[in-house]
Amino acid sequence: MVARSLWGTIAPLVVGFALAAGLQLAAGSVIAPFYAKLLMDIGINIVLAVSLNLVNGFTGQFSIGHAGFMAVGGYAAGTVTYYGSFLLWGSTHVTEGWLTKGDLLFVGGCLFGALLAALAGFIVGLPSLRLRGDYLAIVTLGFGEILRVLLQRTGDVLQTADQVEKASTATLATSLGGSLGFSGLPYYTDLFWVYVFVTITLVVALRLKFSSLGRAFLSIRENEIAAEAVGVDTTRLKVRAFVLAAAFAGIAGGLFAHEIGTSLNPRELGFQKSFDVVIMVVLGGMGSVSGAVLAAIVLTILPEALRGFSEFRMPIYALALILMMILRPQGLLGLREIWEMKWRKR
Amino acid sequence: MAEAVSSLLSVDKVSISFGGLKAVSDFNLEIPDQGLYGLIGPNGAGKTTVFNMLTGVYKPDTGTIRLSGRDLASMKPHKIAACGMSRTFQNIRLFPDLSVLDNVRIACHLRTRSGFVATMLRLKRHRDEERAIEEKARKLLELFDLASRADEESRSLPYGDQRRLEIARALATDAKLVLLDEPAAGMNPKETHALSALIRRLRDEFRVTILLIEHDMGLVMEICDRVTVLDYGVTIASGVPAEIQCDPRVIEAYLGEPTEAV
Amino acid sequence: MTKFLQTLMDGVAVGSLYALIALGYTMVYGILQFINFAHSDVFVLGAWVSYTIAVTLGYAAANAEPSVFAGLLILFAAMATCGAVGFTIERLAYRPLRNAPRLNVLITAIGVSLLLQNVGQLPWFFGTQPQRMPSLIEDKVLGVVSGVSIHAVDVIGAGTAIVLMLILEWLIFRTRLGRAMRAVSHDTAVASLMGINVDAVISFTFVLGSALAAAAGFLYAMKYPGLNQPAHATWVLLGLKAFVAAVIGGIGNVRGAMLGGFLIGAIELFGAAYLSPHLRDIYVFSILIVVLLVRPSGILGSTVAEKV
Repeated sequence: MVARSLWGTIAPLVVGFALAAGLQLAAGSVIAPFYAKLLMDIGINIVLAVSLNLVNGFTGQFSIGHAGFMAVGGYAAGTVTYYGSFLLWGSTHVTEGWLTKGDLLFVGGCLFGALLAALAGFIVGLPSLRLRGDYLAIVTLGFGEILRVLLQRTGDVLQTADQVEKASTATLATSLGGSLGFSGLPYYTDLFWVYVFVTITLVVALRLKFSSLGRAFLSIRENEIAAEAVGVDTTRLKVRAFVLAAAFAGIAGGLFAHEIGTSLNPRELGFQKSFDVVIMVVLGGMGSVSGAVLAAIVLTILPEALRGFSEFRMPIYALALILMMILRPQGLLGLREIWEMKWRKR
Repeated sequence: MAEAVSSLLSVDKVSISFGGLKAVSDFNLEIPDQGLYGLIGPNGAGKTTVFNMLTGVYKPDTGTIRLSGRDLASMKPHKIAACGMSRTFQNIRLFPDLSVLDNVRIACHLRTRSGFVATMLRLKRHRDEERAIEEKARKLLELFDLASRADEESRSLPYGDQRRLEIARALATDAKLVLLDEPAAGMNPKETHALSALIRRLRDEFRVTILLIEHDMGLVMEICDRVTVLDYGVTIASGVPAEIQCDPRVIEAYLGEPTEAV
Repeated sequence: MTKFLQTLMDGVAVGSLYALIALGYTMVYGILQFINFAHSDVFVLGAWVSYTIAVTLGYAAANAEPSVFAGLLILFAAMATCGAVGFTIERLAYRPLRNAPRLNVLITAIGVSLLLQNVGQLPWFFGTQPQRMPSLIEDKVLGVVSGVSIHAVDVIGAGTAIVLMLILEWLIFRTRLGRAMRAVSHDTAVASLMGINVDAVISFTFVLGSALAAAAGFLYAMKYPGLNQPAHATWVLLGLKAFVAAVIGGIGNVRGAMLGGFLIGAIELFGAAYLSPHLRDIYVFSILIVVLLVRPSGILGSTVAEKV
């Protein structure tokens, strides 16, 4: 009996991790590097979109600072792996193989990033979620901007093992590259890790949605006053959702920071990125996990496919957003999951 | 010597002002366990404001509110719900995108004990609670004759069903005291009659205490044990229905100055 | 002392701009209860429209004579243009959502904001290159007080802003139209029952707010002639700070927005002068957090409440 319930709990994770491993193996042989990178980008965007959905979709709050938490997580993870590598092994070289010591440092860094991002989420969310929802938008936008300013004032990245060993923890924590960004981060992000975290994100989101706690989240979005009247502690749950979402954004940040072909700098993770994620959530359907996944996939591939028209991308997105709100505000799937959609007209 | 019956709800000299306007002054009320009381008065008399104070939406300027002896001062609405008071709303507040079943299930959440971790790990405690919630919700829907619509979006329900759903949801919180804000609004005589039977059932079968705001005098006089009348925030009469019906101040408040008898 | 006075002057100059922009935010929030994210983009539009008109009229040429008359002309042209833009936005993007959940309107506002920013960058509008605003006011020093030079630009800038605010104050508190605006802000349903044409009042509010933002844009361009592209971070920050000003003064409260604007200007400039110039943006947002924690309805009180 216990074995069966234990299996029930971890089965989706096992399946997901196995798929992730499969993808990684395929990347070595079958999938070209360009597509491997695209798949990684898709995975990271899925984590971002599904986690933002917890706040914007489930609890109906309006956060437009998700990239800020991504930055917190990314920089924190980067600090751990970069300076940690120097301190532990004298270099930032990435050794080949699965689950190497470097990988463990990387995962540890990402988890540390998630923790810091969650803390930031708590500090930002608690005061603003006590009030009416509109203020959260301004506060999250402002938070993103403050973070950007602070990051731009940080010192140069230390380049040698010698420098790192001699530096104090405080120096290490503030040598993040300033406006130029945190360069030289080891490329630990691969398909396996991305999709391991995608699995975890999806399992958390879906289990949450179809549980009493998840329904309580949804009640806040539906009618906050009625939710309070039936005993839902709306402020506490709003903060919970916000902190959880921030943690996952932190993970996404860690993955992003160590990905080949991306640069971790303050401008990259500014309000533009936050809007990109908001658009994914809105288009996919606020409250729908599969909707967010679909939107993340489409909106990661689309800019690649429309490379030639890159200057029109934002105006087209903006127009799409406006039209969507007027014509089909629930987005593609609304609150439903893709397997709940009634495809035939009654 | 009469023993003071310990009341379920005890409201003592409660007042509130908005800006310069005194919306409710010196409101008093004692409701015993399993009582069925009514609160009436012309529009704007302050009845919903009283409800809002009882349920913690507004904080009264003066006075105390006690539920089973417990002082509800400055408690937030969700805590008051946990203490055993629930309500329905004048303008129905359902969870429109969610199913009828989910509307009721959400009201069961406050009695659960498993938290985020238990939910994520699907612990036995969590799964048992989920099962219990579903059972309880479905049973309530049966009793309220809504079971056939359990999976429909609550916004698609006809008006009368929506009102019944709101009441079912209020009961799902295991409340001891239920506040009904104009439950018969917009109902025809047949529906009102069914509602009246339903409310009595609430008291008798569910053993719930009820305070109701209503404009339908027939309903109020028929089922209420006692009635309090508000006008411009002031209590102008309080007593059994028969007394209230004849009270000249009540008649004046609703109809204006009495005409000369012909 | 010199530093103090200089900082004070700068604070007033910048603060007056924040106040002008904040007014638009607060008026729209008062009547429709949502943050018009696109508002700061109207401010940016005002700056760029002013530039475009100035160039078209030939003031970018090397031998162009600065002219106060031209300045006024361009100011009014920019205000009119942006007023029209504000009217259009309200009609096309916000009115269809009058009864939609607030979240939807917020999202639309973001969409409009993005649209304005990015369309403004397109080559047949303003492009992506930074430009320099022609100077329309001779850079004269009007006098020196305690070692602080008083520039004509600053005086005219702050003066214009204050005049506009006084006009607005008169309009809102001493005319029938203003009373209608306040009524709609208080309770839209009742206002319409009283015979007020709510749609017209709302349209007018948008036009007014947008015109004021355009004026702020023009004045900003006068003082800081280096215009970068419409989607640049500087603009976003300016808009955000103006909204913070509106919140601090009391959202929905017109006088609060004016007060908030000057307060934010002062805080930012004094912080930059006496603490660290690099962290100027942080001072403003920290104040926002403090206000939200301690007195969310703002200094002069908010005018918006929700009915249960």
